Amino acid sequence: MFGPLIVNPLNSKGDKTGSWRTLSRPHYLHKDCIACRMCLLICPEGCVYGKEKNSFWADYNFCKGCGVCADICPKKDIAMVPEESKDDGK
Amino acid sequence: MKEFIEGSHAIAEVIKSCRPGVISAYPITPQTHIVEDLAQMVADGDLKSQFVNVESEHSAASVVLGGSATGVRVYTATSSQGLFYMQEVVFNIAGMRLPVIMTCANRAISAPINIWNDQQDSISLRDSGWFQLYAENNQEAVDFHLIAYRLAEDKRVMLPVMVCMDGFILTHGMETVDIPEQEKVSKFLPDYKPLYKLDPAEPISMGLLADPDYYMETRFAIQETMRKSVGYLSEISREFNDVFGRDYKDLLVEEYKLEDAEKVIVAMGSVCGTIKEVVDEQRAKGKKVGLLKIISYRPFPYARIYEALKDVPKVAVLDKAVSLGAYAPVAVEIKSAFYGKKKGPKVISSFVGGLGGRDITMETIYEVFRRLSAKEVNFDFVDLKPELLKEEYGE
Repeated sequence: MFGPLIVNPLNSKGDKTGSWRTLSRPHYLHKDCIACRMCLLICPEGCVYGKEKNSFWADYNFCKGCGVCADICPKKDIAMVPEESKDDGK
Repeated sequence: MKEFIEGSHAIAEVIKSCRPGVISAYPITPQTHIVEDLAQMVADGDLKSQFVNVESEHSAASVVLGGSATGVRVYTATSSQGLFYMQEVVFNIAGMRLPVIMTCANRAISAPINIWNDQQDSISLRDSGWFQLYAENNQEAVDFHLIAYRLAEDKRVMLPVMVCMDGFILTHGMETVDIPEQEKVSKFLPDYKPLYKLDPAEPISMGLLADPDYYMETRFAIQETMRKSVGYLSEISREFNDVFGRDYKDLLVEEYKLEDAEKVIVAMGSVCGTIKEVVDEQRAKGKKVGLLKIISYRPFPYARIYEALKDVPKVAVLDKAVSLGAYAPVAVEIKSAFYGKKKGPKVISSFVGGLGGRDITMETIYEVFRRLSAKEVNFDFVDLKPELLKEEYGE
């Protein structure tokens, strides 16, 4: 018996560390977004995606809910919502 | 071929026949002669292997970890402080399921500094995930290394093995040893074919971060493997007997004159030879005494020990190590083998002796048998010098 010991290239993506998130997660409002990409650039997990205005979203499989995207957003277009809420983040 | 040979030299000879591709070690008494000999063999071209000189035991262990991870058979040896300096790598080797073989030339632990024999060094790493086999004599030490490689590289196992031999008593002792012939070794131990390895052509990662979602399963897997390996040891022992004609039975314990025994000593390592002498003398006088020698301390063969000792009324466990503040390391295991069971010894007394190279003589063994009475003792030492305990500092 071995357990999860050996990891093939790129397989670490299968480790969905978003389960570490506890309190809240970012909700992208998609109202006033100017596509400045600050949220994407500052995300320490690199789990924010998007290109056009109002198209950005965070992959909850990896998002830790740190909130820096919401904090840096110049248009206040990202809200941190409680983890229990049913919001899907897009 | 039988030779009158120093223990360390015999180990070097058998390691040579096991054909490790990478050897790394840092010299420390009393392991030094083993790795000196191997270095000489590599320098002379008698052994095609990379001998990596390093600046510390931490690096030596890291080199064999890396070597093993790339799919090569490896070897290292150390003692005492050197083993402790290796410690974090020792745990890594087991955690990464690498079949590294190490000789631990058992030596006492500082402070006070002491280069002589006891078993505190390897005992202290009992929880590391390494197998631990304890040799009584140099023939066993030689043979256990062969068995160690077979066991470690078994596809069902893939765990490291520490072969423990008492420093000086065995490493520097001259004995007649049947050094296994190369053809037989090659038959018993074919070239190592790894299950997984680090290879740029087929990249994998080993020993990565395992977060709370993954870590526990890796530990459980080692625990399960260790538990099942109790049976693999006897399989390998049978094959060993077929090739070399030496029978170590189940390789877990050796029962010595246990039939109808009323007083039995449990011990590990070279002291078992001395105990056998005393048992023989006592038996000649009609005293019903015996010895249970533990070969495999990890995995610890609870069921086997239960069978061996369940009808023995009085058992003394003689430890050459101490768990300060608790029962002695072998004694605690023997006691737990009988906890909650219907049968078992009325008395399991614990004695610590031979620390820091104090000789355990036949008189010591007689003393243990004398002190093994109806009254169970637990924190007793043998051969203490009371006059030295009068030293006091402070008020």
